[in-house]
Amino acid sequence: MTSTPSSRDTVLASVRRALGVTSREAPRRQEVEARLASHPAGVIPARAQLPPAERLELFKAMALGAASSLDHLASAAEVPGAIAAYLSTRDLPLKLLRGADPRLAALPWSSAPQIDVWIGPSDGRQPVGLSHAFAGIAESGTLVLFSGADNPTTLNFLPDHHLVVLEAKDVVADYETAWARVRAQFPDGQLPRAINMITGPSRSADIEQTLLLGAHGPRSLHVLLVGAPS
Amino acid sequence: MSVAITSPEFKQNATEALADPQLQAALAKAGPGFVGKRRDAIAKLPEFDALRDSVRDIKNHTLAHLDLYLERFEEKVREAGGQVHFAVDAAEAREIITGICQRLDARTVTKSKSMVSEEIGINDHLAAAGITPVETDLGEYIIQIRGESPSHIIAPAIHLNKDQVEADFRRVHTDLPADRDLVEPTALLAEARGELRQRFLAADVGLTGANVLVAETGAAVIVTNEGNADLTQTLPKAHIVLASIEKLVPTLEDAHQLLRVLARSASGQDMSVYTTFACGPRRALDPDGPGEFHVVLLDNGRSAMLGGTLKEMLRCIRCGACMNHCPVYQSVGGHAYGWVYPGPMGSVLTPAMIGIDKGANLPNASTFCGRCEEVCPVRIPLPKLLRHWRQQEFERHLTPAPQRYGLKLWAFLARNGWLYRPATRLAMRALSLFGRDKGRFASMPLAGGWTATRDFPAPEGDTFQAQWRARKAAGTTSRSPAP
Repeated sequence: MTSTPSSRDTVLASVRRALGVTSREAPRRQEVEARLASHPAGVIPARAQLPPAERLELFKAMALGAASSLDHLASAAEVPGAIAAYLSTRDLPLKLLRGADPRLAALPWSSAPQIDVWIGPSDGRQPVGLSHAFAGIAESGTLVLFSGADNPTTLNFLPDHHLVVLEAKDVVADYETAWARVRAQFPDGQLPRAINMITGPSRSADIEQTLLLGAHGPRSLHVLLVGAPS
Repeated sequence: MSVAITSPEFKQNATEALADPQLQAALAKAGPGFVGKRRDAIAKLPEFDALRDSVRDIKNHTLAHLDLYLERFEEKVREAGGQVHFAVDAAEAREIITGICQRLDARTVTKSKSMVSEEIGINDHLAAAGITPVETDLGEYIIQIRGESPSHIIAPAIHLNKDQVEADFRRVHTDLPADRDLVEPTALLAEARGELRQRFLAADVGLTGANVLVAETGAAVIVTNEGNADLTQTLPKAHIVLASIEKLVPTLEDAHQLLRVLARSASGQDMSVYTTFACGPRRALDPDGPGEFHVVLLDNGRSAMLGGTLKEMLRCIRCGACMNHCPVYQSVGGHAYGWVYPGPMGSVLTPAMIGIDKGANLPNASTFCGRCEEVCPVRIPLPKLLRHWRQQEFERHLTPAPQRYGLKLWAFLARNGWLYRPATRLAMRALSLFGRDKGRFASMPLAGGWTATRDFPAPEGDTFQAQWRARKAAGTTSRSPAP
């Protein structure tokens, strides 16, 4: 079912009548085009406007403050070992599901042969999912993830434990810098189907306003932060 | 469930709410938490007030060009493979959504929390078509199994306590062992998670609202802390976004100006846990995501508001701060308001949507203390808009006769200062004299309705005008107000 042309026209005509415009005014159109083309940043808090090392420390503090856990690793080579340690200290099966992301495929999995690594989207039966983040945002300790075969969206939400590899060079100060990077990555303006910004594990305060972790999404969000800021 | 309108019975609703000890306990427990969390969050962001101005300006700009941004949004959703459906009113939105579900032979529809879906009463409509709507936000799920409606726009089950939730879960989840331990709130959360996980995986269609629509990219932005909106939109065959037309902003950057004030004003978080930009259906190489993406853009009277006094109400981002800070809401809860939107924002919006004849009581449910305007992240002058409705009510002769006569008497006195001054002075001194022991009245003749649930403060001395004159004579009026 598509919208009948009349409803669309009725709503737009009603908006124009209320505004006292016709839609043909050139200055209005120019103002809209200019705003879309320039996409001004607005007010950006000073909080995260820091040199790279301090910015990274802010990201870590904010992520921990949002109840994420975090390992800061010197290099990507340490990721499989850190994952094995995460799984065994929590008595989890040594098994995880990830997408086709070449950066995850390139990890030295042979260094942790005890982990059984599967590739694909989740159907809800896997306790642990692994993703690679596009960026981290220091201002609020937020991860930015794209949908697609590299990092299927279901991995972000169905497993009890969501592990996310984030490269320190991809930790930016604010959302605006992250969007600038997104725009650069998709110059035709066609964004991934879903862009997920994730700040900590799932939670709810709907029972007597008491905050509890582990509502419908992952009960734990673990960040594997790799390397030093560029 | 669809909300039956009981706004005309506000006074009766409020009286019952004030006499409900369970509701009073729930409100007393929840209210201060919201206020404190918001205060702490904005104390850590020096730019908060500048962001409020920024969002106000973005919203004003968008509303002034709404026709053009709607066209751009529609174009971008289409380019991404989605469909946009305009709905003039609630009935049309219901038909569009039910039509999509029927075409897909949907048996169940998962829903993430959406006040617009309450506004159009979609759940009853779906159920009548043989399609089961499943609320997945924990608070919404609780009130759905109780057959209730939300009593708060971001904390729908704020009127309930843990024991009530436990009793409802035992009544509804009959497949689980009767002797299970549900004492801890975590056990209730885990049980709801288990029940709803199956519903997420089985759903044919997912229906969400949107906190923001981005014209630049055709994205529907939704925020949750639970992750339920993401499971709702990712797993089924189709994702339907139901959003009202004023949710638009021009760009991604504009969306983040708004998101920075939204979570802080609502729950005192810097950022909600999940902020998702949904840009169309599953792409050719995607292994997951919905096969269809629909956006239903609802007008339902909003375009008409654009041209008048209520225009500023269209900036509202539904954070709930006004009701969290409202002494009336905090005393009577959300259900007393008698329709979908409670608190100060609801008292402005409801008469516009259900008619001033039915909603006339709500603009009177305010002490005009002004806290709602003080905390509003988009600086809506809520008291001014409530006053607009009071004026409408008076002009349309909807005000009860005793009140009209009272107002006329007061107006006569106020216009004749030689009568007003001695009359108020006499009343003030009498009250002051009789109330001097305690500084308040626990009961007063002709004011039992007031004193039944709260004390009436006794005046401390003379009238304002008399004090002003005395200070002017003493040359102290330029000082800051007396403590």
